[in-house]
Amino acid sequence: MQARQKDSLLVASVKDSLGGAIITFALACVMIGLRVDVASGRGAELFLEHRWLAVAAAVVIVFAGRFAMNVFFWKREDPPSLNLSGFLPKGGLSTGTSSVLKYALLGLAVVLPFALMFWLGARGSRQYIDLAILVLTYVMLGWGLNIVVGLAGLLDLGYVAFYAVGAYSYALLAHYFGFSFWICLPLAGILAAFWGIILGFPVLRLRGDYLAIVTLAFGEIIRVVLLNWYQFTGGPDGLSGIPRPSFFGLEFTRGEGGFASFFGLDYSSIHRIIFLYYLIFAMALFTNFVTMRLRRMPIGRAWEALREDEIACRALGINTTTTKLTAFALGAMFAGFAGSFFATRQGFISPESFTFLESAIILAIVVLGGLGSQIGVVIAAIVMIGGFEFFREFEEYRMLVFGMIMVVIMVWKPRGLISSRTPSVALSKNAKGISADLVQEGHG
Amino acid sequence: MDYFLQQLINGVTLGSIYGLIAIGYTMVYGIIGMINFAHGDIFMVGSFIALVLIVALGITAATPVLLLILALALVLVVAMALTAVWGWTVERVAYRPLRGSFRLAPLITAIGASIALQNFVQVSQGAKNKPLQPLFSGSFQLTDGGADGSGFIVNLSYIQILIVVTTVILMGGFTYIINNTNLGRSQRACEQDRKMASLLGVNVDRTISLTFVMGASLASVAGLMFLLYYGVIDFYIGFLAGVKAFTAAVLGGIGSLPGAMLGGLLIGLIETFWSGYFSVEYKDVAAFSILAIVLIFMPEGLLGQPEVEKV
Amino acid sequence: MSSWDNNPVLKVEHLTMRFGGLTAINDLSFNIGRGDITALIGPNGAGKTTVFNCITGFYKPTEGRLIMARSGGEKHLLERMADFKITADAKVARTFQNIRLFGGMTILENLMVAQHNPLMVASNWTIGGLLGLGGYKKSNVEAIETAKYWLERIDLIDRADKPAADLSYGDQRRLEIARAMCTGPELLCLDEPAAGLNPKESLELNTLLQYIRKEHDTSVVLIEHDMSVVMEISDHVVVLDYGVKISDGTPDFVKNDPHVIAAYLGVEDDEVGQVEEEVGI
Repeated sequence: MQARQKDSLLVASVKDSLGGAIITFALACVMIGLRVDVASGRGAELFLEHRWLAVAAAVVIVFAGRFAMNVFFWKREDPPSLNLSGFLPKGGLSTGTSSVLKYALLGLAVVLPFALMFWLGARGSRQYIDLAILVLTYVMLGWGLNIVVGLAGLLDLGYVAFYAVGAYSYALLAHYFGFSFWICLPLAGILAAFWGIILGFPVLRLRGDYLAIVTLAFGEIIRVVLLNWYQFTGGPDGLSGIPRPSFFGLEFTRGEGGFASFFGLDYSSIHRIIFLYYLIFAMALFTNFVTMRLRRMPIGRAWEALREDEIACRALGINTTTTKLTAFALGAMFAGFAGSFFATRQGFISPESFTFLESAIILAIVVLGGLGSQIGVVIAAIVMIGGFEFFREFEEYRMLVFGMIMVVIMVWKPRGLISSRTPSVALSKNAKGISADLVQEGHG
Repeated sequence: MDYFLQQLINGVTLGSIYGLIAIGYTMVYGIIGMINFAHGDIFMVGSFIALVLIVALGITAATPVLLLILALALVLVVAMALTAVWGWTVERVAYRPLRGSFRLAPLITAIGASIALQNFVQVSQGAKNKPLQPLFSGSFQLTDGGADGSGFIVNLSYIQILIVVTTVILMGGFTYIINNTNLGRSQRACEQDRKMASLLGVNVDRTISLTFVMGASLASVAGLMFLLYYGVIDFYIGFLAGVKAFTAAVLGGIGSLPGAMLGGLLIGLIETFWSGYFSVEYKDVAAFSILAIVLIFMPEGLLGQPEVEKV
Repeated sequence: MSSWDNNPVLKVEHLTMRFGGLTAINDLSFNIGRGDITALIGPNGAGKTTVFNCITGFYKPTEGRLIMARSGGEKHLLERMADFKITADAKVARTFQNIRLFGGMTILENLMVAQHNPLMVASNWTIGGLLGLGGYKKSNVEAIETAKYWLERIDLIDRADKPAADLSYGDQRRLEIARAMCTGPELLCLDEPAAGLNPKESLELNTLLQYIRKEHDTSVVLIEHDMSVVMEISDHVVVLDYGVKISDGTPDFVKNDPHVIAAYLGVEDDEVGQVEEEVGI
């Protein structure tokens, strides 16, 4: 009896693995086994390259992998994963751990540049501080989009358009009027919010995924216009020579009147990098501060109520159009701030930086982090952007892995990494978080 | 007038391609109510499979006509089958585990799958444009450009005829499948009420898989047509074609097969006329604007059913 | 002339609602008396919920007028107002047949959302509140007090910080009524408040509605199938069938109206006498 059981387990596993292997072969035989490329010497002629070993490897890996999974996990009556799951945290992080995590991350972010300088020196730490700036930019964008998607439940796939508006506003204002960064920063935010209202007004009554597609279309329209309006935006060549920000009027330049000489330091290019780091850090914290405060105010509660049930909101006398528009405009404004930071940091912008992929990455950060969760956005940004940059050596495979990780994390945790919601107002001191299973994801 | 006629012919050809892709969007949206974001990339994969097969079989313009047609038919069938496997896999890996879950989750996995597919093709087939020498170069000359040769010469190329004819045949076949077979019936049942359909013994998972398989194989036909018509493809063609085909599906009324075809034709015509009479640079803006306008002012599309808000 | 015609809070005049070729309500007129509990009854598909949707602005009536007379003397023509304005300005609140709570938010938050408009004003449309100016803090505390008052009324004060989706069906019904009351309505429209309640919960609902009528300046109109609820608490009953009013009066009057009996028993008017004899009324 025991032996037969074992036998049928094996047979079943082999059958299943064979199925997987056949599928893999069908997927791989043409797309991996053969490669069509343009011969460099012979004009535009195409030639074939055979890579059957790679196909064989893929098939064997899938067969062996599925077989092992079948034998040890899926088809067993007592899969070891049952024992294993006891060790994993259940249902995401609890409110207590996540608040500890919050302060730990905040502390780390404050000391990071100096710690890096201490360990690696000015030269060695530069690339890491640059990476930290990038991560913080995405944290800020994620927090901005979290207002729109996480709180108000409006699916926005064209968020990068407002990032672009912010960046181009600063670049153009500086180019044509010679305004400084500090004047342009609020202007860029206001312009982006203005565009948010203009684009949002007609589309915000659409339901969930239609809204997503229209926002995607608007994002692309703005990009195509930037690409083709040569006289104004420089077209695909972009705009360069965007002025750098100053520290209360002190430029980060060598010599008299610069930042270094004012404070009696030796000039080093790292000063500006560290300044940029703290600048984006402050901007991100500002975004977070405003969002957290708004959540506890009537408008924030109305956003969340809107995500839960729009019809009920209307029955309670809430003007859903203006409520949605404020969320959209506010999200756009923060993207505009981040955009002008991006422009000043790079010193050069072109439409290439504002493709749909950027929107997708920001949205992925928000959703993977856990909709509406501020700390989730931080973790997701560190994992996605940080991890992404660490695989820089595997340039070719980076985006492939990125896409696959998006799928894997979503399948593993559809509600995101942090999936509990803190009430915005409570009677008792120790009110618990609300499990995300109860929280709606927006109308539609 | 002659210029207009030429644009009309080009527009109908392009529209057929969009229509074939749009059917995949519309069927999937109808059955599981999600935008299959990776569908444009499935089209791109189909196009690449066709290209590899054409090169592997050594098909060139020099191949005798009869053999050429037979070989292309073979390429079509194999590409449809292999692309269908890709479509099936995407559904199995990225969508099925999330069925009945949070509604945003499959949208994110779809975007992830789209990124993964694009970059997979970029890695496996290289990032360069892949130009294919035209296989059919002949055409019918519909007007002779006038006696003095000053008029416009209107061409109806063989390849355009091939594209339109193939599309019409496939459309007929698929309409027949949806309306008259068991599979079509269970598909329509799942569209109406998935839970009830499963209670009545319809294998919902299998029906959804088959929907993806059909959508993907039609997309691969579009991929082959696109390759033959434009003669050049790269790993990024899926995004724009996908958005335009989705626009077509929405314009025609999402969930409606004839609507998808009609929408495809309209989008193809609008795009060609826009490029022909206004500006080529902004032809994508035209398509995107139509998408926005249609969704805002007539979200039920031309042939779709209006949705009534239930209170 | 009955009491509801002397001082109506809402006058429905010649209300007609057509969907394509279907006439859901046809030339319907009735009054809702101030301070009354009015019941709207009728067989399934009679158009009761459609009347509610017209009153609360979710549908725009094809024809007719809906005149809301507030206690201060202002009049509002509801058929011309946007749905959210009807709650915000005309002070008409409603509940839904299939309960629509904000399930992922706490019970307290549900009641806070209902006080959105006064709180928005108090926070100077967010700007003042964001900067910590003005009386927002005070208004916020007051709003929490109002919420607590209603939570005590519906006996959910101990669970104020729990998600609304966790509540039992009967509690959800009462919470939805409390939430509607937090908008400070003068007319409260309840769509089948007793549906799916057990007898005990039904009794609690009666008590709550009586309380609302007695202690607040709020008139109630409700759709109900449960005749024991209707007969016990309502002052005035309007009966619809196929979108037409077939009877209008006190519960006793309606109960004995042959038209009503005919509609409910599904017989022609002239056979009613015969049926009555058979069932012994």
